[in-house]
Amino acid sequence: MLYAILCYASEDVVSAWTKEQDDAVMGKLAAVQEKYAKAGKLGPVARLLPTTAATTLRRVKGEPLVIDGPFAETKEQFLGFYTVDCSDLEEAVQFARELSDVNPSGGSYEIRPVGVLNPVKATI
Amino acid sequence: MTDPAWISSALNAARPQAMGALLRYFRNLDTAEEAFQDACLRALKNWPQNGPPRDPAAWLIFVGRNSGIDAVRKLSRQTAMPDEDQISDLEDVEGDIADRLDGAHYRDDILRLLFVCCHPDLPATQQIALALRIVSGLSVKQIARAFLVGESAMEQRITRAKARIANAGVPFETPGPVERSERLAAVAAMLYLVFNEGYSTTTGEAAARAPLCDEAIRLARLLLRLFQTEPEIMGLTALMLLQHARAPARFDADGEIVLLEDQDRTLWSRKMIDEGLALVDKALRHRKPGPYQVQAAIAALHARAARAEDTDWREIELLYGMLERMQPSPVVTLNRAVAVAKVHGPEAALAVVEPLEERLSGYFYFFGLKGGLLMQLGRSEEARTAFDQAIALANTAAEAAHIRQHIDRLTKEADAHRVRHSAVPH
Repeated sequence: MLYAILCYASEDVVSAWTKEQDDAVMGKLAAVQEKYAKAGKLGPVARLLPTTAATTLRRVKGEPLVIDGPFAETKEQFLGFYTVDCSDLEEAVQFARELSDVNPSGGSYEIRPVGVLNPVKATI
Repeated sequence: MTDPAWISSALNAARPQAMGALLRYFRNLDTAEEAFQDACLRALKNWPQNGPPRDPAAWLIFVGRNSGIDAVRKLSRQTAMPDEDQISDLEDVEGDIADRLDGAHYRDDILRLLFVCCHPDLPATQQIALALRIVSGLSVKQIARAFLVGESAMEQRITRAKARIANAGVPFETPGPVERSERLAAVAAMLYLVFNEGYSTTTGEAAARAPLCDEAIRLARLLLRLFQTEPEIMGLTALMLLQHARAPARFDADGEIVLLEDQDRTLWSRKMIDEGLALVDKALRHRKPGPYQVQAAIAALHARAARAEDTDWREIELLYGMLERMQPSPVVTLNRAVAVAKVHGPEAALAVVEPLEERLSGYFYFFGLKGGLLMQLGRSEEARTAFDQAIALANTAAEAAHIRQHIDRLTKEADAHRVRHSAVPH
C-alpha cells in the first residue's frame, strides 16, 4: 500500500536552524530516503517553501475566496511529505520513525494511506 | 533535541515571542533580557533531562517572568524566596500556562519588541545593532564581526542605544490600527537596513556580513506570519529574497564585484527566487501598491530573465517611474535612467541624469552612469572626466577597479585611433 508521510513541525523552530544545521538534517533525511529508494519503495518527496509564501482558496457562501497564508493558525505547520510503498502500517511507521530519529524539529509525522496518486511529469 | 546546539536553536526560535512578552511584563529592556537569559540557562539544565517542552516560548515566558520578578524584588530589597519549586513542577502545568498566556498579545508583543529598536532618536547603525542583539539574540561578538568593528566598540554602541530607549519611554499600550501600521512601516524600514548592512560590496566582507541578510529575511518572514495580509511586508520579504538570491553570483574568483548584467544566472538561488516570486504575486493581488512591492516587482523582472538580454526594461522603466512618484528621490531617478538607456538609448538617459548632478555630486554611481552614457555617445573626454570623479568617490577598491576598466577602454580606443592615424603616410 502507498502511504503519504506528512511532515508537521513548527516553522519558527525549523527556520531558526543555521544553514549548517539545516544541511545536516537534510543530509541525514536523504540517507534514510536513499535506503527506501534503493528498494524501489520511495515515490515523490517534497519540501515546501515557508507558509508565508502560501495562499489558500476557500469557498465562503459559495464564493471562492483567496486568502493569504494557510487557513488554520496552528503551532505546527505542514512542511513537506514523502510517499512510500509499504507492505503494512508497521513498515510505514518504521519509515517515519527513521525520519524522526534524525530530525530534531520536535514535530510529527502523519502516516496516511494514499487513495489516488496521479502520475507526475518525470522532468520536475 | 537534547544536544546543546539544537537547544540553542530552539531558544533562538522562541526568543522574539518570549522577549516580547517579558518586555510587556517588565516594561524595561534590561530586566526583560536578564529574565530571558535566566530562563535560557534553566532551559539548558532542564531540557536535556526532561526533554524539550511542548511550547518552548510559553515555558521561557513563565520561567523568565518568575525569575524577573525575583530580580525586581531583590532590587527593591524585599525578601524573596527563589521559586524553584514552582519551576520544577513546570512539566505538569505547562498546558495550563500555554492557555493562560495571552494569545491575543502575541503579535503586538513581537511588533513592539521590533519597534523599540527603531526609535527615531537612534541612528540607523544603533537600530540595527540593537535589533540583532535584542530580537535575534546574536552575541555582541557576532554583531561586531558583521559590522567589522571591535567588540568593545559594539558593546558601547548597544549600551548607548539601550540607554536612549530607556530615557525615551516605550509605548506599552496596545496599538490601534493606525499606530500598528505606523509601527509596521518603521519595523519594515529597520529590517531593510539590517539587510542592506549585510549586502556588502566586497568579497572580503561578504562572508562576515551575509548572516545579517539571512537574519533580516528570517525576521521578515516572522513578521509576515504575524501580519499575513500586509502586501508591503510581502513586498519587503520578496525584495530581500530576490536580491539575496543573487549572492552566489555577485563576486568573481578574484573577488571582484560582478555587475547584474554580467552575472552567471545559473548560480542564483532558485529556491529564494521561487519564494520571492510567489510573494510578489500574492502582494499584487491586494492592489495596494507600495514602495517595497514596486522594488520587489523590479527585482522579480530581473529574476525572471534567464539571460540579461531577456530583461523587460520597458516594464522596469514604468515601475521606476511609479516608485519615483511614491518616493521621489534622485537615486530612484538615477535608477530609472538606467532603464531609459536600455529602452530609449543613451541620449534620452543622459537627459534624465544631467539634472541630478547637483544633488548627487557626492554619489559614485551617478558619475559611473554618466560616464558610461557619455562613452556610449562617443563623448570620450567628458566620459573620462566623469569616470575620474567616480573613482574619487568609490567606496571600495572593487568599485574603483570597475571604473578603471572603462578608462582603460577609452585610453585603448584613443591609442588605436592615434595609431590608425599615424599609420597614414605623411
